[in-house]
Amino acid sequence: MKERLQSIKEEALQQIEEVKDSKTLQDLRVKYLGKKGQITEVLKGMGNLSKEERPVIGQLANEIRDAITEALDTKQETLEQAALQQQLKEETVDVTMPGKPSQVGGSHLLMNVIRDIEDLFTGMGYEVAEGPEVETDYYNFEALNLPKGHPARDMQDSFYITEELLMRTHTSPVQARTMNKHEGRGPVKIICPGKVYRRDTDDATHSHQFTQIEGLYVDENIRMSDLKGTLNTLAKHLFGEDRHIRLRPSYFPFTEPSVEMDISCKMCNGHGCSVCKHTGWIEMLGAGLVHPNVLEMAGFDSEKYSGFAFGMGPERIAMLKHGIEDIRHFYTNDVRFLKQFHQV
Amino acid sequence: MLVSTNWLKQYVDIDHVSTEQLAEDITKTGVEVEQVFEPTLVSDYLVVGYVTACDQHPNADKLNLCQVDVGNGEIAQIVCGADNVASGQHVVVAKPGAVLPGGFKIKKTKLRDESSEGMICSLQELGIDEKYIADDYKDGIYVFNESVEAGQLAAPLLNLDDAIIEFDVTPNRSDCLSILGMAYEVAAMYDHEIELPNSEVDQAQEQSSDYVDVTIANEEANPYYGAWVIKDLTVTTSPLWLQNRLISAGIRPINNVVDVTNFILLEYGQPLHAFDYDRFGSNQVLTRMAEEGETIQTLDGEERTLSSHHLVITNGEEPHAIAGVMGGEESEVQDGTTTILLEAAYFDPQTIRQSSKDHGIRSEASVRYEKGLDITRVKEAASRAAQLLASLGGGQVLGDIVEAGSTSWTPYVISFTKTEMVKRIGADISLEEMTQIMERLRFDYEVDGETITVTAPPRRQDIVIKEDMLEEIARLYGYDNIPFTLPIGEMDQGGLTVKQKRLRAVHDYLQASGLYESITYSLTTEAKAQRFISPDVRELNVSPVKLAMPMSDLHSHLRLSAVPELLSSLQYNVARNQYNVGLYELGSVYTQTEGEGTQPDERVRLAAAVTGLWENHPWQGVQKSVDFFVLKGILEGLFDYLAIDGIEFKQGEIDDLHPGRTALIELNGTVIGYVGQVHPTVQKEHDLQETYVFDVNLDALLAVTNTQAGYKPITKYPAIAQDLAFVVDQSTPAAELAEAIKEKGQPHLESVRVFDVYEGEHMEAGKKSVAFNLIFQHQERTLTDEEIDQARTAIVEYLQTQYDAVLRG
Ligand SMILES: [Zn+2]
Repeated sequence: MKERLQSIKEEALQQIEEVKDSKTLQDLRVKYLGKKGQITEVLKGMGNLSKEERPVIGQLANEIRDAITEALDTKQETLEQAALQQQLKEETVDVTMPGKPSQVGGSHLLMNVIRDIEDLFTGMGYEVAEGPEVETDYYNFEALNLPKGHPARDMQDSFYITEELLMRTHTSPVQARTMNKHEGRGPVKIICPGKVYRRDTDDATHSHQFTQIEGLYVDENIRMSDLKGTLNTLAKHLFGEDRHIRLRPSYFPFTEPSVEMDISCKMCNGHGCSVCKHTGWIEMLGAGLVHPNVLEMAGFDSEKYSGFAFGMGPERIAMLKHGIEDIRHFYTNDVRFLKQFHQV
Repeated sequence: MLVSTNWLKQYVDIDHVSTEQLAEDITKTGVEVEQVFEPTLVSDYLVVGYVTACDQHPNADKLNLCQVDVGNGEIAQIVCGADNVASGQHVVVAKPGAVLPGGFKIKKTKLRDESSEGMICSLQELGIDEKYIADDYKDGIYVFNESVEAGQLAAPLLNLDDAIIEFDVTPNRSDCLSILGMAYEVAAMYDHEIELPNSEVDQAQEQSSDYVDVTIANEEANPYYGAWVIKDLTVTTSPLWLQNRLISAGIRPINNVVDVTNFILLEYGQPLHAFDYDRFGSNQVLTRMAEEGETIQTLDGEERTLSSHHLVITNGEEPHAIAGVMGGEESEVQDGTTTILLEAAYFDPQTIRQSSKDHGIRSEASVRYEKGLDITRVKEAASRAAQLLASLGGGQVLGDIVEAGSTSWTPYVISFTKTEMVKRIGADISLEEMTQIMERLRFDYEVDGETITVTAPPRRQDIVIKEDMLEEIARLYGYDNIPFTLPIGEMDQGGLTVKQKRLRAVHDYLQASGLYESITYSLTTEAKAQRFISPDVRELNVSPVKLAMPMSDLHSHLRLSAVPELLSSLQYNVARNQYNVGLYELGSVYTQTEGEGTQPDERVRLAAAVTGLWENHPWQGVQKSVDFFVLKGILEGLFDYLAIDGIEFKQGEIDDLHPGRTALIELNGTVIGYVGQVHPTVQKEHDLQETYVFDVNLDALLAVTNTQAGYKPITKYPAIAQDLAFVVDQSTPAAELAEAIKEKGQPHLESVRVFDVYEGEHMEAGKKSVAFNLIFQHQERTLTDEEIDQARTAIVEYLQTQYDAVLRG
């Protein structure tokens, strides 16, 4: 019997070794270990054995059963692994094929510029103030030291609706309105973005509708140097730490003194090139100390309070920053344009 | 304003500084430089030549063979093709080695076998614009008609060595519209001396007052009028130096009389006018406001109709000039004029401005009058002009100018302390530095302790208040020298308001849901302004606000919806082969609710327009065009994002939208906007495929406070799902059924969602099957089967009685 069991073991191990699929393996399991399997069959003859032989054969049979079981399990695992490998191989995709596009839109470049400036100034304690686009002559001009008949009104040829109502030509009326609300008490720290309108024929550098963003800071003891420092912060924020600014005299009826701020040309680093008309400087914004008439008209004591204001065109900033050549791109909403600026 | 540096040098020393440096310095301290024109030609090879002989070229009919003395007895043979060359002329010779404008190099050459050692030049060849060239020399070479010598350098004679600076003078600095004004500016900048022109005049015994009498009828419009008579002069060509000055400033020389008045205009900034006395028609000047409908023939040949707010210069009867704007043709100075009536006046800036505007004439004179002149220098300017006229025209200036009105001027006196200036500027400028600046500016001032009192000179009309002095001090101290500081004050919180934050969130959401932020024009056409108007705007019963004087019909009316312009943007894109486009715009519409002529309300609305493929992933078989439910889904997501309850979409109809694919959006029963497909005929108008739009009152949405805020604990008890399908009439809105289910399924029905709709085969005609997924939930325990059954029964019974709905299988 011993020999019989040994040969079953050898035969079983041999067959298991050769198995290629799990079905055959299952058959072998039944064939050797099943209720009617070969080992069971052999053990049926145990009754004929002596008392001494029985435990020996019994133990041997168990050992052989264990060995076959282990071989079967091992083989089972090997086969499963192979099957999995096969499946994975079949499931391979061409990872270079395009992914399914997500529907993602984006923000408008002008609004990016405006939000960026808003964020800079709200971080410095300013509030964002807004006002109507259809303005009264009073707020658009008179409250800003531009009485009727003032020659500088020509600088901002406007779209009138009635004699007293017009499309605002700048965001400055928001300053006047906000100061009024403060009833003569400072500080007033606001940043005012918005759409403005002028009688210009649309071309590469003019648009009858465009945007502006202005800042105003009115308090006791506001100095020209504060304006300079604030503008310096703004310029570096927008165009990089290595830019310099300069102020030079200009004229706006609502500020005195009035200045224009230039920023050192990035293209040539201030050495002069065609972009900066060989001056090394690029004109960026207008600013000044709030004219005492403007303060007084808005209910502020101009002896006690002073302030600075500055205003710029997001279009111009965007054009300078990105080398955009035509202002009309901001208003055609060409997706080929819009798509370029939605990245963070 | 063009400023010749050669001219400027006569009054202030700028020899030590390059033109480029000068331009930069002036820009930084005073007036912005627009452009610098470097000298067109400076060359030792450009000399005066004397034509000693001029014969026809032996081998060419149209060429001349000239012998030209080019100085030091050197005779050059030059072939010249000009018709007007002749012996005995002084001409400009470009000798071999000269380089003319345009890079044209002069070499010794042979022309038809005759050697030519240089070129006799026309003014065009020397880079002078044809518009400045007298007719005599337009088609030929230039010939000097004043005394010059062979061999003399030609460039300075023709002012070709002049650098010219173009300034962009701001409206407040009218003083800089003159060479003298610029000289004051430069002198202040560099702390240099200034040399004023000589304005002495030799007067004849005979008096101007024997010839003319002046009356001002309206002293407000014409505070001062002076008339001077110059007799026995000859109208002729101006000398070269005078022509050069005018050309450098961009003014064409005409004759000595006109040129002198223009010269003084440029030098002093004081416009003058010369009448032909003999053709003036009387011996009295009366300045008055014009009569309505009065006419005058101006110098440009135009007949102009006047009105009562135009100031005119008359001979007592007829107008002979529109004051400060343009003279009349009748008394224009011309060849043969011998007696001049020279006008030197001060006119009210506003009056001139109005007149200039009404007649569409912006002359060199009107520009200066309307900005304000130095009234105290009118007579000085006239005096210099009179002297020049007499000396250049060989005439005599009659005894003193005849005057009416007054040149008196009340100066502005401004006091300030050193401390307050330092406090406002933020730079530690000493009292001494400040007084030094006053000296440089040539302002009269007094110092008392640390108080400076300044008397502003009349030439600086912009100096009126303390802040104007602040500017003078700051700019001459140098803006570059002011430190960078930030305001010292309490730290304010600042930041965005809740509404502004929510607005930004709306942008973020819309962009994340696939739309591009757009900006269209608020001003649109009258037709577009009437379209795609949401019922909530329509019911305000307003017409689009209209511009009084639009520049074009394209932008004449203010929009009541952004949708029409967004559709135009889609059309623009599609025309450029961009077929799949989704745009939104968040901006104002303008509703004049208080009636015509009142300031309109500006309501922020959200509009969108989407066309083409919404999903585009062809290789996996996904290509879906935008449809109604894409836009509805974006809006539903937005309402959810803003935590807004009480929204209902209702079948509706709006002009320009597809009648079967339009929903009105209601918030708590009030319409706030619409969503739908653009009507196929309108799509076609715009060359668009299926296109969907919405327009919603965003202000109304943002006004709703977030009602869903607050944390709701997550229950550990299971939710129970139930699916119910009903067969109903096709016309029954699914949302209505869902609403009914939600109501009848209480108290534990948490949500109802339509997950399938079926009509067609296997379905009775006119019927559809709608399947709902119901979720029941109790926060504190597991629901029992009985509770679910109860709710289910209530729902089924209600729908059956209310909608004739049959529960499916
Ligand atoms: Zn540059």
